[in-house]
Amino acid sequence: MIAFEAHNLTVSYDKQPVLWDIDFEIPEGKLVGIIGPNGSGKTTLIKAAMGILEADSGFVKIFEKSPDEIRERMGYVPQRQSVDWDFPATVMDITMMGRYRKGKLFGRLSKADREIAVDSLKRVGMYDFRDRQISELSGGQQQRVFIARSLAQQADIYLMDEPFVGIDAASEESILNILREMRSAGKTVIMVHHDLHTALEFFDWVVLLNTRLVAAGSKDEVLTEENLRTAYGGKLNVLSRIADLVKRQEYPLREEDSKE
Amino acid sequence: MGANFTWVMIGCALIGAGASAVGVFSFLRKQALVGDAIAHSLLPGVALAFIIGGEKSIWVLFPGAFIAGWLSILSIEFITKSSKIKPDTAIAIVLTVFFGIGIVMLTHIQQSSYGNQSGLEDFLFGKAAAMLPSDIALFAIVDLVLISSIALTYPYLKLYSFDPEYSRAIGLPVRFIQFTLSSLTVLAVASGIQAVGVVLMSALIITPAAAARFFTSRLSQMIILAMLIGLVSAVGGVYISSLAFKMPTGPWVVMILSILAISAFVFAPSKGMVSRYNKRKEHQLKVRSENLLKLFFKLEEKGESIHFSRTELLNHRKFEGRDLETILKSLLGKRLLARSQDSFSLTEEGREEATRVVRIHRLWELYLNKRMSIAADHVHHDAEAIEHIITPELEQELLKDLGYPELDPHKQEIPGTKNLKP
Repeated sequence: MIAFEAHNLTVSYDKQPVLWDIDFEIPEGKLVGIIGPNGSGKTTLIKAAMGILEADSGFVKIFEKSPDEIRERMGYVPQRQSVDWDFPATVMDITMMGRYRKGKLFGRLSKADREIAVDSLKRVGMYDFRDRQISELSGGQQQRVFIARSLAQQADIYLMDEPFVGIDAASEESILNILREMRSAGKTVIMVHHDLHTALEFFDWVVLLNTRLVAAGSKDEVLTEENLRTAYGGKLNVLSRIADLVKRQEYPLREEDSKE
Repeated sequence: MGANFTWVMIGCALIGAGASAVGVFSFLRKQALVGDAIAHSLLPGVALAFIIGGEKSIWVLFPGAFIAGWLSILSIEFITKSSKIKPDTAIAIVLTVFFGIGIVMLTHIQQSSYGNQSGLEDFLFGKAAAMLPSDIALFAIVDLVLISSIALTYPYLKLYSFDPEYSRAIGLPVRFIQFTLSSLTVLAVASGIQAVGVVLMSALIITPAAAARFFTSRLSQMIILAMLIGLVSAVGGVYISSLAFKMPTGPWVVMILSILAISAFVFAPSKGMVSRYNKRKEHQLKVRSENLLKLFFKLEEKGESIHFSRTELLNHRKFEGRDLETILKSLLGKRLLARSQDSFSLTEEGREEATRVVRIHRLWELYLNKRMSIAADHVHHDAEAIEHIITPELEQELLKDLGYPELDPHKQEIPGTKNLKP
């Protein structure tokens, strides 16, 4: 089954297009790395898939459905630095947030929800820290709490934004083990990753981006010297100049899409 | 005043508590200035409501204030979305434009023959005494709405304030949460036009939350504490201003609020300045005590004696002012040192402690040298600092990692490692 499909996807950030006409598919049960240089649209792709950013045109489908229909099966791990860790909350509070659902009246959680959260914390090795204030955690521990929160969602496909940035070796090992566990359980995990060297070791499927799609497929197919040179070897001059032009336009360039 | 004054106090208590509860979320979402923009923007709404309704009753003015407050939020949103203007600028524009229009309308009203117009300027800085017993019902209703909305949507509000993108990603009704929070904020701010006035009302939204944050790291406790601080300041400010006739209430409410906030900043346990200063002092004394114990250990190591006078100690290590006396006193008190006449020596416990510090120092030197390839003559300085913070668990790990070594990079003995081998 196709777990993730992007079709003619174009997304802008602050009015500047950062993803141009992306088109690819990812089969179910893979550990997938989204790779590319800085500013190549990796985070934008994930945010568009989660519905945090709106697409200018095209669409994303998850398990052949629109993300809005299938949100309960989508786990999300945002960039660690995207929140203020000085927020007054405990590790358990944050993990429980993974159990909130649309339609669950006013967000009240049950005992079963609590057990799922406890189980998620145990899996990332943070159960002993459950009553700790999140401001007292190290970077790696914060990341593990975010992973636990997404595990508590009990999803089938997980989208993660750079979970390996700025963490200690123990946390990296722990997260990597969880990812492999998830894959053997048949889950699909798609993550933004910045480090080419570890990409080869971590993933079995790779999406190579540089504002447009360079290649997508199994890692051996994608991580060729030629593809990497295309992705990393200098920006496409004409493309980035056109992106600048688009940014300076007052009005949308396209007609409104009839949403599919 | 009498009975009426009691009602005024109750009204102010309700306003202070309600505004502070909502303010916690503005504070956590770093939206402090939005509250200020809303407050200033209420003025034209109040003036227009007066022109249309023809009276100063809060029941007439409040709807006008509420609508104007909402308009200001929508304006800020509209400006940031449809132009390149950043939020802080949009807030400043909306605040000044609305407030300017409000002042123009106010002046117009005062120069015309609307009748009963005197006292409308009290809405600038507040005049709680103008409150009527019948107004209290409105504040009670507002508080009821505020507190029950927060209680009902608490988990949503908490998640949204912490991580709005995640809320959207898991499909929570983000627009609804935003709408709720904005409405609650406008309600809370608008309820303060009589008691505090539009110019200073934002203080009652933000300052209690900021002060409460110093005392607790639990959101629920923070809300309750902020409500308490808001309540005390509102009631206290109104009481003090009532002592001096013709004084506006708003400034006094803010004065009390500021005193409470500054006290929190200075005296709060663990996060306050005093407590942080004390902790630093404590650590300093610990470092110096451990260094003195180390000195005893090293002098003993040289094998000359185990009793040392102040002069001998001063010969080997520099001490500022009365530092040596303070440290000696502290170590004697802890029975780590013993004294006979004018000389001092390590007790059993003292020697154990000194051994521990020296061991950690040398272990760390060895670790830097072996694992991080730092030259032996460069490791001492770093170890001087690290020896005071390494915990027993980390010490165990160091020992294990290095294989219970006996010599440091300078070929000196690492004391006591044998006894620690499992």
